[in-house]
Amino acid sequence: MKLIVAIVRPEQLSDVLEALFHAEVKGLTISRVHGHGGEMEHVENYRGTTVKMALAEKVRIEIGVSNHFVEPTVRAILSAARTGEVGDGKVMVLPIEKIYRIRTGEEDQAAVTPVVPPETD
Amino acid sequence: MIQADVVWMLVSTALVLLMTPALGFFYGGMVRSKNALNTLMMSFAALGPIAVVWALAGYSLAFSPGSAFVGSLSYVGLRGVGLEAQGTIPHVLFMAYQGTFAIITAALISGAVVERLRFSAYLAFIVAWVLLVYAPVAHWVWGGGFLSTAGALDFAGGAVVHVNAAAAALVAAKFVGARKDYGRRAMLPHNVPFTLLGTGLLWFGWFGFNAGSALAANNVAALAFVNTLLAPAAALATWMAIDLYREGRVTAVGAATAIVVGLVAVTPAAGYIGPASALALGGLGAIPSYFALIYRARTTLDDSLDVVAAHGLGGATGAVLTGVFADPAWSGGAAGLVAGHPEQLVTQVASVAVVALYSGAATFVILKLLALVMPLRIRGRVEGVGLDVTEHGEEAYTAGDGAILISPGDSAYERLPDALATSDGGRA
Repeated sequence: MKLIVAIVRPEQLSDVLEALFHAEVKGLTISRVHGHGGEMEHVENYRGTTVKMALAEKVRIEIGVSNHFVEPTVRAILSAARTGEVGDGKVMVLPIEKIYRIRTGEEDQAAVTPVVPPETD
Repeated sequence: MIQADVVWMLVSTALVLLMTPALGFFYGGMVRSKNALNTLMMSFAALGPIAVVWALAGYSLAFSPGSAFVGSLSYVGLRGVGLEAQGTIPHVLFMAYQGTFAIITAALISGAVVERLRFSAYLAFIVAWVLLVYAPVAHWVWGGGFLSTAGALDFAGGAVVHVNAAAAALVAAKFVGARKDYGRRAMLPHNVPFTLLGTGLLWFGWFGFNAGSALAANNVAALAFVNTLLAPAAALATWMAIDLYREGRVTAVGAATAIVVGLVAVTPAAGYIGPASALALGGLGAIPSYFALIYRARTTLDDSLDVVAAHGLGGATGAVLTGVFADPAWSGGAAGLVAGHPEQLVTQVASVAVVALYSGAATFVILKLLALVMPLRIRGRVEGVGLDVTEHGEEAYTAGDGAILISPGDSAYERLPDALATSDGGRA
């Protein structure tokens, strides 16, 4: 199992989510973050104050996946998040020691295998 | 000169001026947060250049004695526009009151082109549009032009303001093209409370717009005032009823839209119809706009904030219903279908059509010429970042994290033009 952490541009988020759902990645967490990745800072003016915005808005996506899902997940993020300009972000793949699914107590592989939700009305 | 009239028109002028910032909040709440300032600024910015060109030339083209189609240049630079009486109020006050109408009409158009039109192109467009479209159309209806000769009834600007702006909006939305996310992605309103706030302020200001159009503190003003209360109320009630019937719940953005549609619809009718008719007009006026809004979102027309559905259709419906409900018992002269004067309906339909056609055609020509000298759209990548940063160098909502103070001479200053390079030419 791996934890995939991706930092992407907020304006690419919709494309990334779409690509992930196409790749059948069903479980993920996102958070709004600020960061700096060497991109050009933009300059803002508020009355007499001129500032350089050194931190750009980014979105962090975290996905726990089983091994055979790593490749398609990374590929989906790479293709959907890329604009070709500096500041597109990073994808990191980290080892996971242990995963538990809280609802059932399932562990590891079973915990990151999506279940078909029971039919509800 | 009548002192009471002067007081009322001073107040009305301020009320109508307030509608433009109010429109900024109405529109600004409906865009994404990265475009909030840009959208607000499209309304606020109209307050400056439009008032200036109105005083310099627009007023003269609209209200000086001229041909059937446009005024003369006799009031250019406000020459001859002094403290003498125009009706029962000082001439300069009449000029200022009419100027506030020109400002909001120009700002109305912005709703069709938010989130992708370059700000400088917008400024150039509205200045040209007010001189070449708004001023002549105002002359046709209110300045002694051919539509007033033909007997068209437009009390406070259903055709002059709303149909006029909406026709321009339709052409501008088509010409500038849809936002790149349009139809591909959900683009949600970022601040619905802003939209409600703007709606409330619009309604408040609209009392000056409609009741002020009596140009006096008299019975006609009182009638227009009451109708400006009742018609939007009926529109809101109707809208909520349809919402409840169709969806089972009432939406806030829908309610805000309903109020605006009701206000738009009663604008041409305000001083010509009785209060009971105003209730009917507001209720009926809401229906076409309600369904047009739903339909428009499924088309390729990215009239982003529905200027056509709300103002165009609302204004046209109101203008036609003015021809139905105009009642000499209330208006003191003008009569419509129910008062046994069906010909008025034809005049109303024709006046709406003429205004819409001219405004649409002239808007196309203005945009075509502007596109020759400047790019109209921002670059596609920049559209993702949002226009607040690229067009204004500011953000509506910033915590200030990572903001580093710089002063002239710093390298970041040199890079400014790069960072703001927003255009790669023309329509895209």
